[in-house]
Amino acid sequence: MKNIRSQISMVFHLDKCIGCHTCSIACKNTWTDRKGAEYMWWNNVETKPGTGYPRKWEDQEIYKGGWEKKHSSIDLKGVGKIKGMKKLFHNTHMPTMDDYYEPWNYQYEKLFDAPEGDDQPTAEPVSMITGEKITPKSGPNWDDDLGGSAEYARKDFNIRDLSPAEQETMFQLERMVMFYVPRICNHCLNAACVAACPSGAIYKRGEDGIVLVNQERCRAWRMCVTACPYKKVYYNWHTGKSEKCILCYPRLETGQAPACMHSCVGRIRYLGVLLYDADRLQEVASCDESELIDKQLSLYLDPNDPEVIAAAKKSGIHDSTIQAAQKSPVWKYVKEWGLALPLHPEFRTLPNLFYVMPLLPAMAEMNEDNKYHSAGKSLWDDMENPRLPLKYLASLFSAGNVEVIAEILKKLMAVRLHRRSVTVGDLQNDEIEQLLQNSDLSPEIADDIYRLTSLAHLNDRFVIPPAHREEAIEMLNETHVHKGTTGFGFTKKPKRGL
Amino acid sequence: MNATLFFVILPYLALLSFLMGTIYRYWFMPFLVSSLSSQFLESKKLYFGSRPFHWGIIFLFFGHLTAFLIPSTVLAWNQIPLRLYILEVSALTFALLFLTGLILLVIRRVESKRIRQVTSYMDVFVYVILMFQAITGIWTATFFRWGASWFSIVLAPYLKSVFMFNPDANAVSQLPLVVQLHIVGAFVLIGMVPFTRFIHFLVYPLSYLWRPYQKVVWNYRNTEF
Repeated sequence: MKNIRSQISMVFHLDKCIGCHTCSIACKNTWTDRKGAEYMWWNNVETKPGTGYPRKWEDQEIYKGGWEKKHSSIDLKGVGKIKGMKKLFHNTHMPTMDDYYEPWNYQYEKLFDAPEGDDQPTAEPVSMITGEKITPKSGPNWDDDLGGSAEYARKDFNIRDLSPAEQETMFQLERMVMFYVPRICNHCLNAACVAACPSGAIYKRGEDGIVLVNQERCRAWRMCVTACPYKKVYYNWHTGKSEKCILCYPRLETGQAPACMHSCVGRIRYLGVLLYDADRLQEVASCDESELIDKQLSLYLDPNDPEVIAAAKKSGIHDSTIQAAQKSPVWKYVKEWGLALPLHPEFRTLPNLFYVMPLLPAMAEMNEDNKYHSAGKSLWDDMENPRLPLKYLASLFSAGNVEVIAEILKKLMAVRLHRRSVTVGDLQNDEIEQLLQNSDLSPEIADDIYRLTSLAHLNDRFVIPPAHREEAIEMLNETHVHKGTTGFGFTKKPKRGL
Repeated sequence: MNATLFFVILPYLALLSFLMGTIYRYWFMPFLVSSLSSQFLESKKLYFGSRPFHWGIIFLFFGHLTAFLIPSTVLAWNQIPLRLYILEVSALTFALLFLTGLILLVIRRVESKRIRQVTSYMDVFVYVILMFQAITGIWTATFFRWGASWFSIVLAPYLKSVFMFNPDANAVSQLPLVVQLHIVGAFVLIGMVPFTRFIHFLVYPLSYLWRPYQKVVWNYRNTEF
């Protein structure tokens, strides 16, 4: 434990997401509502089952993203020092605009300018690339709420391991099941985009672990687009530079939550610091797939442990950051309570966005008449036959490990039943106690989980460490000299090169 | 052709423009240094155009460079006719590869409406000058044979004299017109590097091969970017 670093990480509570896309719009309006970035959704919300955005992004046989195990080590799957340099003139596995969608707008001005005629004027869709009239064929969330499911949900990458019968169950109308997965950049510990960038333009910030693209160093070799298995690096076709989620670092540095999180209607999002052992990254990223989840979670260190605190101070982590780590909601969900898992850990990038498993879509069982019902004695007596196959969740969140998922769902269920016994009181107390014990929970912890899940205030959900920019500035400059020398934000127009 | 203008003044103008322009653009307008890839908008046709184009031009570039840097070695190599033939034929092959790629790229840019949106006047210039060089170059290789040898005798000394600031354009001005045009085109191309997307070959990411995969930048520790 010599090299401890701090990472701003996130938890999204999937049971709370209502799929309203407010986060996407907040992000779009703040950062990507401009030429070349129209198709970029640094934050997007996907309906699962579904193919996601860009289409089928999870299928690395198509896109060759992320890392793959090679003997005792790992290597980038599609790009990297040798494979990538060979693809510099044409990147074989790069998604094109058609894998996303051609952005369009409507001719709203026609509603006002159209000459008088027999028909109502219409606002026809026009491409935002060519300016010509187009018929939109796909959009960033056209599979929303299972819309067009033959095209989308049935082509979901994660149902490949389910039996035909299980697949069928998911799509029969009366048993239809879905949930939302909101996604942003995972600001990975072993970021594939950073490793793939030939120019060295992409980097991880040491202090908070945010991954950024230096726009002045990016040369459009576009290896990052292929390398990111989550397809969260986007190529700006206008400026010829890659862009990605910046975790609203200008907001974080001033103590505000990122726009997507701040605007979240369901309050599903949590943000906080995790301390981790940077010396173990290599070992963890290259371990066996069955150990990936456990090993990644073991990277994060207990911020209340005096040894960790001492080591963190030695590594130059600010006291205020350690304090933030101690109050971090992410630490609670991920480590203390063990309720949240990263998305597709098998990509081996060690992502720092964790998802609390969705209980609601799974919570129901099959009746004799082959219909699901959710009104059993204890809401969910038997986990053997859930409406949403646990294998499906395991494919998404645990590299196929079904036990981890079942454990989390049981825990969440125990918390629910505990709260029901507190507020309604129609359940046997000893049964509830047994359930809690089975999940290693005490009534106090269950109450804590309930509180942070349902009642948390803004400052409980977002524990943002001070950025201490003043110290950073002092390293470069005398503060009184620096004062008043920089403008407010991006002052030059992002003009395309010749 | 006016020897002084085209073979004495022009090369220095081109070099001056190349040096000052690229340094200025790299240091003061780094946002504008990019290969401006359009693969995102159109990928299939790019595959067939870009690969032969780039491999062709890289071979030709290093071929010309070798003939300029070590003319006597090239001459010695060409002593045996078979070697000369191999050199000439492979150079011509790469030139044709380059021309094929270039034509496919031009067709792609004209055909694709999306690509036309990201085509600047400078891109048109790039295509014109490259096409000009390809045609004059292949013409030279076909009708004024054994350039692999006479380049070393006529052009290498001339270029050396330019770089030694003692320009001697006598021999060059005696060359056939097409060859002269090819040389003038080359100077124009070099001079225009900082004003076009040509600049991306100067930032070819060689250092990627020896840097560690992960990159962390610290504010407090003031690490160099």
